[in-house]
Amino acid sequence: MNFAKKLLATLALLPGLALANEGGIALDKAPDRSNNMAALQHGAKLFVNYCLNCHNASSMRYNRLKDLGLSEDQIKANLLFTGDKVGEMMTTSMKPADAKAWFGVVPPDLSVISRAKSSGAGGGGDYLYTYLRTFYKDDTRPTGWNNMVVNNVAMPHVLWELQGVQKVRMEDVADPHEPGKMTHQFAGFEQVSPGKLSKLEYDTAVADLVGYMEWMAEPAAQTRKKLGVVVVLFMTVFAFLAWRLNASFWKEVK
Amino acid sequence: MAFKETKFPANAPAAQKALGWVDDRFPLTKLWNDQWGKYYAPKNFNFWYIFGSLAMLVLVLQIVTGIFLTMHYKPDAALAFGSVEYIMREVPWGWLVRYMHSTGASAFFIIVYLHMTRGLLYGSYRKPRELIWLFGFAIFLCLMAEAFFGYLLPWGQMSYWGAQVIVNLFGAIPLIGPDLSLWIRGDYVVSDATLNRFFAFHVIAIPLVLLGLVAAHLIALHEVGSSNPDGIEVKENLGADGHPVDSIPSHPYYTVHDLFGVSVFLLIFSTVVFFAPEMGGYFLEYNNFLPGDSLKTPLHIAPTWYFTAFYSVLRATTADFMWVLMFFVAAYVVFIWLKSQLPRLVKIAIAVIALLAIVGMLPQILDAKFWGVVFFGGSVVILAFLPWLDKSPVKSIRYRPDWHKYVYAVFFISFLTLGYLGTLAPTDMRTIVSQVCTLLYFSFFLFMPWWSAMGTFKKVPDRVVFHAH
Repeated sequence: MNFAKKLLATLALLPGLALANEGGIALDKAPDRSNNMAALQHGAKLFVNYCLNCHNASSMRYNRLKDLGLSEDQIKANLLFTGDKVGEMMTTSMKPADAKAWFGVVPPDLSVISRAKSSGAGGGGDYLYTYLRTFYKDDTRPTGWNNMVVNNVAMPHVLWELQGVQKVRMEDVADPHEPGKMTHQFAGFEQVSPGKLSKLEYDTAVADLVGYMEWMAEPAAQTRKKLGVVVVLFMTVFAFLAWRLNASFWKEVK
Repeated sequence: MAFKETKFPANAPAAQKALGWVDDRFPLTKLWNDQWGKYYAPKNFNFWYIFGSLAMLVLVLQIVTGIFLTMHYKPDAALAFGSVEYIMREVPWGWLVRYMHSTGASAFFIIVYLHMTRGLLYGSYRKPRELIWLFGFAIFLCLMAEAFFGYLLPWGQMSYWGAQVIVNLFGAIPLIGPDLSLWIRGDYVVSDATLNRFFAFHVIAIPLVLLGLVAAHLIALHEVGSSNPDGIEVKENLGADGHPVDSIPSHPYYTVHDLFGVSVFLLIFSTVVFFAPEMGGYFLEYNNFLPGDSLKTPLHIAPTWYFTAFYSVLRATTADFMWVLMFFVAAYVVFIWLKSQLPRLVKIAIAVIALLAIVGMLPQILDAKFWGVVFFGGSVVILAFLPWLDKSPVKSIRYRPDWHKYVYAVFFISFLTLGYLGTLAPTDMRTIVSQVCTLLYFSFFLFMPWWSAMGTFKKVPDRVVFHAH
């Protein structure tokens, strides 16, 4: 027992080796929308209207939106562009060659982007939530926009009409690493002109959009968890019964 | 020999007559009895002895889930990524099959590492079980190959770049390297050609070899009989019925025992599959949800967690470390000359080979990348030599001197540290720690012929240590 304790104590020191420094800004926590159908439907509306102009979500079929409590007629009436069919995948009409010419890069497919952007710094939803709220005016960039999460991003601030225009405020502070020197540091955003939504309304809207993208990355997630409760409960009972059955047989063994 | 038909009375049950018909033509009942029903195994198996059965279970699980995945997966560079998402969304229960397969892969390695740990703890590889260990080693190699080939199939960023890095390692082999890499890849870079052949290897070639090796592994085991936590040869103490006094028939005792073990495993397995299939990015890498892009190299290319220990050894072999290794090789040869009883001719041969190796390690001759691959491979292959490195008079750790436990602990901690560091980006400090752990890892094996025989060993009992349930 003493030896096992020593082994465990030594192993416990290992994480000290991590000393991880991922770099980049801290990510805000995206509010959880996974059980809120109305929010997810709102997110779907924002996604179709603002994102599919340039991005694909080519693994996402329009009629899968029925899982969010929408009927096919509602999807056809509100969430389809002309020419699209409800049984088709969410694709953009922007040609990759054009996108390359206009933005320098083809906009990535967003089907599973929420799963791809998870990291030690936070979940994929947190990444997207912070990303969509930290665009700022930057006249040195071709689009006129820059972003705190993805520096020198090629994407313009698609939601600018809703958020309005903000710019960064920089200040000079003492450098913590080199005494006597000053460093130029981010000191918050400043609203230059208002958008259609207030700050709180915009944050809520982005949370809905991000919630939709998290749902879209794994539509089976809620089914998985619901089924999981039943399965794990069953397996617990089964393991208990197997344990007692085993004990009853092994009583005979001397 | 004339065919002898078993006669049953007219009112015998149909099932008995049917079984009799089969048994006259195929040794079905004999097979059942020899392999399981009346296969006598020591009665003192503990927790560590469940992992063999679990490994078989997970092998079957992987094959069955794999078959269903293959019905919908498209092994084409342009279609592969999308087909996996198709399985996740459109195929009924596709998401469950996919998660069982991905979780099963990681579970397989956890189980196999614990299975090998049992071997190390109880001397399961000692005579007469060396061949079981060798078949097991071959299974481990095939398993790593199977996982490597399978990992390319989703065609994500990690899939693509992991394959690119590992296949390029073969390019480090002098003279034949670049051509070898080209042959493996089927192209100048990892591409559709590579995907198709890796699919063939993963789906049929290696599974066939694996099944054959598992059969051989079990046949070799049943030929000599299972060992046990006390390392006692139970067949040396037979009872009146001809069976070892310390053994019990596998059926029903280990049937029901393994049923319990399996149920606990499936409980843990289900918890992961249904609630944490990504396992914090260790079972399903986050970066792999981006489609593989030959023009975008990820910042941090790391293999899946089960390869990271050996990957750490590869990364630890830097140009600076070569000088340490040269010294180590020289010191080891001196040690062999002074401390071993090998014939003089063998000692000379070893010295010559070591001298050639040391010359080869000079920066002008073969660079550190090549030696990294050598030690990377060596860190795996050295496991195969275990039966001949262990000179302990007892098999089980229970009867070794207490300080041997600390030697094992240092080995396990080194292996786990190497594994952990392999998941992280390298820094100067981490590289030094990996280098120290690499030396400790190899020392465990290379000095085993000496340390395993040192110390005061405890008396091994005649009968197994068994506590009544």
